[in-house]
Order: sequence, then C-alpha cells, then structure tokens
Amino acid sequence: MSWIDFFRGKRKEESSASAAKERLQIVLAHERIGRTREDFLPKLQQELVAVVARYVAIDPGKVNVNLDRGGDMSTLAIEIELPAPAAMRMAANAR
Amino acid sequence: MAQVVVVTSGKGGVGKTTSSAAFATGLAQRGKKTVVIDFDVGLRNLDLIMGVERRVVFDIVNVISGEARLNQALIRDKRVDTLSILPASQTRDKDALTKEGVQKIIEELSAEFDYILCDSPAGIEKGALLALYFADQAIVVTNPEVSSVRDSDRILGVLQSRSKRAEEKKDPVKEHLLVTRFDPARVERGEMLKLEDIQEILSIPLLGVIPESESVLKASNTGTPVIMDSESAAGQAYADAVARFLGEEKPHRFLEPEKKGLFKRLFGGRAA
Repeated sequence: MSWIDFFRGKRKEESSASAAKERLQIVLAHERIGRTREDFLPKLQQELVAVVARYVAIDPGKVNVNLDRGGDMSTLAIEIELPAPAAMRMAANAR
Repeated sequence: MAQVVVVTSGKGGVGKTTSSAAFATGLAQRGKKTVVIDFDVGLRNLDLIMGVERRVVFDIVNVISGEARLNQALIRDKRVDTLSILPASQTRDKDALTKEGVQKIIEELSAEFDYILCDSPAGIEKGALLALYFADQAIVVTNPEVSSVRDSDRILGVLQSRSKRAEEKKDPVKEHLLVTRFDPARVERGEMLKLEDIQEILSIPLLGVIPESESVLKASNTGTPVIMDSESAAGQAYADAVARFLGEEKPHRFLEPEKKGLFKRLFGGRAA
C-alpha cells in the first residue's frame, strides 16, 4: 500500500499469497488421493453412457462430464442429451 | 559407503543446478569428499555453473557406454581439492542413461567419496527418475510460487513410490526442503507465499531458505558456485544450509525484509 492510498482511505485488499495457499491446499488434497488410485473419470463416463444407452438411444458424443473440485465438497455433473421423442420411436422400431 | 543425495524439484528453473553446485562445494569445503553428477543429458549446465566447461573431455554417457573410464571423465575442481564433477553429455539424449549403468557408476564412486550429489533434470521423465532412484536423501528445491510447490509435492510422491528405497521397502529417502528465491519484502506485502505456508503444505523438514539475490546471477556469470561468495546473503544462506545438513544447529537468517535507511529508501539499492 503506497502512501497515497493511505490518504485516499483505500482498504488493503485480500493478499494474493493467501489465495495461493488456499488454491494449493485444495488442488494437492485431490492430487494426493489420485496418486494411489487411477483416474476413474473416463471409465465412469463410459459405463454411465452404456447404462443409459440400454434404455434410450443416445449420441455418445453428446455427453458432458464436468467436475468441480472444492475444499469441503466436489460436484460431478453429467449431462446427457436425450434425442427428441420422434427420433427415439424410430430407433425403437428399427430394432 | 557414500551418501547419495538427489537435488530435485519437478519444475525447471527453480535453482536445482545452482543449489547442487553450492551444496557440493560447501560439503567439499568442509573436508567431505564430494562428487556432483549432472543428470541433465542433452542440456548440460552444471559444468558452466561450476566453471569447468572448458575442461570437459568425457561425460557420464561415455562412461556408461564404455568409451571412457570413470576416472577419465571426473573433473577435479581446482579451488577445492575434495570436489569432483561428472558432467552430462551434451549430444546424446536421455535414453543413453540406463539404470544398470548409473548403478555401476554410483557403486564405483561410493568407494572413493563421502557424498554423491545428483543434480536432477526438470520433469519426471527418465533422467529425473534415474537421478533420484539411488538416493538416500533428497533436497527438494522449491520457489515460493504455486506451480513450484505443486511440482515439489508431486516429486515427493515419486520419491516415496519409485525410488530404490521405496521399491525395496527400506527406510524412506530422507527429505529436505530448500526454499530458494525467497523475497521477505514481498512476503510482508502479502504477494508471496509465507515460509510457514510452504512448510505446512509440503510438510517436510526445512533445510534452508535462500533469499532472492543478485549475487546468484553474478556467480553464474563467472562460473563460481555462489557459496564461495561469502559476502552475499545467498552464499551465507547456502553455507548455513550445508552446516544444517551435516547436523549443526543454525538459526534461519534472511527471513525479514532488510531494514532500509532513508537514503536507500529514496535512492534505491537492492540486496547483495
């Protein structure tokens, strides 16, 4: 903080060093677990798509897997685009 | 039996070669018979930092392939007589290194030396894996910066799973943290990770803190290991770290910003 900020009454912002520490703690907590276990996400995606495909005709290219790693909680969001009802009926008749 | 010490970091450019040169010279200055091996095949630089680049005839790859004897490839330092350097090859690639070849060299050096320092290349590929494989101790060089801390954590994982000691389920490799390029003034301003934070995250014992210092570049310009510059903060910090490595109690220094007088505040001037 320079002297001019003092007269402007500018508040000291959150230090970037503490952000660095927090980000490191979160990413390393996850990477340390990953070291002893292989990355399961690709396999999870394959198996989920296979299960859904048993019931609904889906396009494997229209599957999105998103992971957000957090400190206390992580979320895994899987988005599978289902075809329109007409296309589904056609796929069912074709079998 | 010699102690095999790897100087490693995962990330490049954090000061592995500078630290290897300083540590090897420091151990030798204290009378320990020391050899420092450059494992960065293809990108040799330890010879330059040690100031012996004009004396390189044979290198580690020549020894492994049987083109030269180990004694022909070792370069004896002219400043400290208990210090030798085994350079890396500049022309071959990392595949020229083999586990059996490195093992033979380390066994042969063990008979003659007290300490064998292995200067690791960056990354976690073959060269880096071979540099750490035979280690009894590891000096993990870390900058106070997110990518360096993360890579250090990764290399600690590799030491704990892929070193010879780990594979043979012996006592683990003894780990030491060496923080380099530390700038107390930036830490005080909240712009740089604190020492305690790095220690908390990596949780390995702290061997030393080397302050950011202009003397490191000056030393590399002339091919003089920075520990020989006993006037400089970095040189003194390395000397302290070597003393601690040998079991001496030394308080950590250069952790607080330099108190500048009014003249320096007004007209600048940086740490030596």
